[in-house]
This record gives sequence, structure tokens and C-alpha cells, in this order.
Amino acid sequence: MNILVCICKTPDTTAKITFSDNNTKFDTTNVQWIMNPTDEWYALVRGIELKNQLGGKVTVVNVGQSDSDQIIRKALAIGADNAVRIDAEPVDSYFVASQIAAYAKAQNFDVIFTGKESIDYNSFAVGGMLAEMLDIPYISLATKLEMEGNTATIDREIEGGIEKVQVDTPFVASGQKGLAEQLIPNMRGIMMARRKPLNVVPAVDVETLSSITEYELPPARSSVKLVDADNPAELVRLLHEEAKVI
Amino acid sequence: MSVLVYIDQSNDGKLKKASFEAVSYAAKTAELMGGQEVIALAIGAADAAELSQLGAYGATKVLKVNDAAFHSFDAGAFAKIVSEAAESVGADVLVISYNSTGKALAPRVAVRLKAGIVAGAIDVPSVNDKFTVRKSVFSGKAFADYTLHSSKKVIALNPNSYGSKKSEGSAAVEDFATSVGADAVKVKVLEVSKASDSIPLPEAELVVSAGRGLKGPENWGMIEELADLLGAATACSRPVADVDWRPHHEHVGQTGLTIRPNLYIAIGISGAIQHLAGVNNSKVIVVINTDPEAPFFKAADYGIVGDAFEVVPKIIEAVKELKK
Ligand SMILES: Cc1cc2nc3c(=O)[nH]c(=O)nc-3n(C[C@H](O)[C@H](O)[C@H](O)COP(=O)(O)OP(=O)(O)OC[C@H]3O[C@@H](n4cnc5c(N)ncnc54)[C@H](O)[C@@H]3O)c2cc1C
Ligand SMILES: Nc1ncnc2c1ncn2[C@@H]1O[C@H](COP(=O)(O)O)[C@@H](O)[C@H]1O
Repeated sequence: MNILVCICKTPDTTAKITFSDNNTKFDTTNVQWIMNPTDEWYALVRGIELKNQLGGKVTVVNVGQSDSDQIIRKALAIGADNAVRIDAEPVDSYFVASQIAAYAKAQNFDVIFTGKESIDYNSFAVGGMLAEMLDIPYISLATKLEMEGNTATIDREIEGGIEKVQVDTPFVASGQKGLAEQLIPNMRGIMMARRKPLNVVPAVDVETLSSITEYELPPARSSVKLVDADNPAELVRLLHEEAKVI
Repeated sequence: MSVLVYIDQSNDGKLKKASFEAVSYAAKTAELMGGQEVIALAIGAADAAELSQLGAYGATKVLKVNDAAFHSFDAGAFAKIVSEAAESVGADVLVISYNSTGKALAPRVAVRLKAGIVAGAIDVPSVNDKFTVRKSVFSGKAFADYTLHSSKKVIALNPNSYGSKKSEGSAAVEDFATSVGADAVKVKVLEVSKASDSIPLPEAELVVSAGRGLKGPENWGMIEELADLLGAATACSRPVADVDWRPHHEHVGQTGLTIRPNLYIAIGISGAIQHLAGVNNSKVIVVINTDPEAPFFKAADYGIVGDAFEVVPKIIEAVKELKK
């Protein structure tokens, strides 16, 4: 099995989000980067488990600049075999998917994993776009994935339920909670990661279809109105008459 | 020129709530763009009677593809049909609800049409000299205005961010003859299991959520009872889903679902930044927690400092009284 896992870097989950240049740029000063949680916990780990079970190799790919190398090394330490960084600052999901598609076209991957969505731009778009560019099936929100020969049986989450589907390789799946359990890299993994290849390849030209023109922080909430614990009926009255939500 | 809106339906041909919202949103978008036609496209088992309802939400015409080959969802095949319909009616703007179907479909359609996409729109577009749509970013910690530069545009609308607006009217339903054949379907659906009949969390207007403060899964009875009474969906914090007290799909927050219901009631949840990120755009937030210093109170509109095991049963009684 030749497996590709797409990983991106995101601000640490506790990062305070601020903007610069008149609210047109995300201010990355003091931001700690982590591997996007769903990429790390589910997509990558399931990829490694499949490889351990069926043989083959796991490649991780990132579209980013050298500040991504730290998360790429972590993916190698967790158990990926080799890594490719496509050297460009991501513009939008279309840009990222185009870069990965250009690289993957020549590689014959059987299974391509993405996370369900990045926790910074929350687009949930790279996986579907990549599948379309490669003209292969896409199964989103996979919570379980088993391979038998070239056929995968996958549970995918739908509103209020689960859809069980079957699909042949090659395909793209986006991973989510349930697909695997988080793996913490051990010392041996970290040592081995240093010797694994991290190839940096140039980006291809891609037309810009979208851009962010302005950011805004949500309005602060006015201070909380406390209701006495002995009188929860008052809360119900407020929700009904004042807030008008029930 | 027209706005094409994709209509999502369940396997038995019932329209999903998100579809009515998507049509209402498309109608508003068409109006903002100077009065374009709103054409709905439905792929699946829904019949003409079911589909003609969409007229009341602003659809001028409904195109239907009702072929057994496409009764269950395949993102690749559906993207081909949607793109073909968009070309055939000359749609510049496509509206697709960003529910679990839309999340697989919309990015594929955008690539086929070489359209810029706003993946998770939360407001109507502004269409002056630029075409700009707002979306939530950093898991709810901020908003970003996305400007699309392409001639065709896909708006993937976050469920429950516009609401459905019903008025009068019914729409003419026509068959759409697609050139896409059954061989385009590559994903075989083996079975669909519904978790329950309860309201799906991403679509819910009211949400009752609980965390580790509830001590154990056996204590969720009162949470479910309150949710049932209110017609709300249930949700939970991440540690609760991690230890399987509650199903994974209830997990909200930065690494779970981002939701923005009208009312979010958080019971026994501390309000960690990763949890808040997923819920802080809810319209009204109520917090019930024994600890007056719990960070969640800073993000709340209403609060009770108290023990959930005493407070929640009293709330249930008061809601019963209200509903009488
Ligand atoms: C990378 C990362 C991603 C994360 N993503 C998420 C996410 O998406 N969603 C998420 O929820 N968390 C997430 N977390 C975890 C988050 O940091 C918190 O640990 C978690 O939200 C805490 O859950 P809790 O509030 O249920 O539990 P606790 O923090 O243990 O809080 C329990 C609360 O219950 C109160 N309480 C106790 N007894 C009672 C009672 N009888 N009545 C009323 N109140 C009571 C306590 O005062 C306390 O405030 C993430 C963490 C990391 C590191
Ligand atoms: N810059 C990137 N490099 C590699 N993979 C990415 C990148 N950005 C996003 N992805 C992948 O696409 C998924 C969805 O991202 P998004 O569409 O931004 O929500 C992520 O979980 C990653 O698996």
C-alpha cells in the first residue's frame, strides 16, 4: 500500500488570535505551530496502522515553508517513512490541493488521507478538491476504515448517523475522530526521524481564485447575568421572555 | 444568469432542513445580485410534490434527477451532475449547504467549474465592486471576509447560519437530463444507520451540552430529558467523548464540531479555550457550573452558579410549566 497523508501546520489550540495590517493579515508573532490535530491523531495514525498491517510506505506531504519542518519531523517520528514539502506559502485550499495533486499525479498512491478540516481556516475543502483534481472517489468524515485487497470499507459520518460504504483504491478519505487513536512519538521514533528523507520540491503556478480581504474578531459578550441557584425558573423565564430563544 | 442551489435529501427522498435554508439564502443572493433566477437541483428519490415546496422559499424552478443509480450519494458523480446543470442553466453562483453531503460535494464542484469557493459561509454576500462572503475561521475565534476572483462562484453555506424564510408559491419541477451515467458512481453505500431520531447537532437551533462535571454517562438522563423538552440536540465536551460517555459526533469545539445555535446551554463544562472556540458564536449562551471562577462564565449571557444535579431537574420542571 502506497499511502499519502496530507498534513498542515496550525496555530496551537490555545493561541490568541490577532491581526495586523489593518486587520488584513493574521499576526503570527508569538504563535506556536502544531500539526493540525485531525491530521495527526486520525489521518496519519490510520495511515501508519494500514502500512504496518499490509506493508508499503507512508509519505507525508505539506504545502508550506521551512517553518513547517518541525511538524513534518514529528510526523516522521510518529511513523511516516518519508516526507515531501512543497515549498510555498499556502494561499487557499485550491492552491494547496493543486500543489498536492501536481505531486501525487506521478506517484500512484493507493490511499490519500487528509484531516477533516484545518483548525485555522476550517475549510474542509482540500480533500474534496484533491479527489476531483485526481479524478478519484472521495469519502469525507471517515470514522472507520478497513482494507481488504484493493477494497476499503469505510464508515462515514452523516447528520445524525453513519453511512457504511465500499470503494476501491485509489481514493481520498478525510479522517475524523474514531478513525484511530492518537500516538505519541517515542525516543526511538524521534531519533529515526532524523535519518528519514524530507524532500523539498518547488511549487507549481496556480491561479488565485480567492483571497481574504479582512478579518474581524467576534464582538465581546456583555457580562453574564447570574440567576440564583435556588430559582432556576427565573432562568427559564429570561430565556423565554428576554432572550426569546425558547 | 442565475443562481443554482443544490438540494440535499435523505435516501428516502425527504428534503433536509438545510435545503430549505439553502434555497432561502440563494433567493436572497439572487436578489442582491439584481434579481436573478433561482434554480434548484435535486438529485435523488424526492418526487415532484416534495420538490415543489421549494417555491415557497424562493426557487423559480426545480430541476430533478431521479434515477435509481443516484439515490445514494457519491461525491464524484454528484459533482459531475451539479456542474453539468450549472453550465446548462448558465449559473454564475452556486449555493450548496455545507452539511456532511455538501462538505464532500462543494469542493469538487468548485474544482470542476474552476470556481472560487467560500467553504463555510455564514452571511449573505456583499456584491458591490467585489464579491465577498464572510466565513468563520480559527474555529470560531474570528471571522474572515473571502473575496472571490473567479467568474463562477461556489458558496458553501454553514447550516443554521441564515435560517429558512418561507412565503407563498410553488415551483415548477422539471426533469434534468444528465449525460452522467451510472458508471460515474464509484462509492457503494452498504447501509445507513441512524444514531437516533433526535435532531442532528449541526442543524440544531437549540443545544444542551454537558461535560465532565456530570461525573459519568449514567447521569445524562436529565440532559436528554431537558433536550427533548426543548426540542434541542445534545452535545458534549471532548473528554466526555474521549472516554465514550457520549458518542463522538456530539463532541463540539476546536477539534470537534463548530456550531452556532440560537441557544447553547453548557452544564458542567469548564469553558476551556478549545471548547469555547467551537461554540462561542452561539447567539445565547447559558452556563451552569458549581465553580463561580469557571472560565465559561466570561463567555456566557446567563449563568447559574450551582450544582447541576440540583439545578437541572428544577429547570426541567420550569420548562414543563412553560410548555403547558
Ligand atoms: C489540542 C487540544 C484540542 C482540544 N479540543 C477540544 C474540543 O474540541 N472540545 C473540547 O470540549 N475540549 C477540547 N480540548 C480539551 C479542553 O482543553 C478541556 O480539557 C475540556 O474542554 C474540558 O472538558 P470539561 O469542561 O467537560 O471538563 P473539566 O475541565 O473537567 O470541567 C468540568 C467542569 O464541571 C464543573 N462541575 C463539576 N461538578 C459539577 C456539578 N455537580 N454541577 C455543575 N458543574 C460541575 C467544574 O467546576 C468544571 O468547571 C482540547 C485540548 C487540546 C489540548
Ligand atoms: N498546507 C497544507 N499542506 C498539506 N495538507 C494540507 C494543507 N492545508 C490543508 N491540508 C490538508 O487538508 C485538510 C483540510 O484542510 P482545509 O481544507 O484547510 O480545512 C487538512 O486537515 C490537511 O489534511
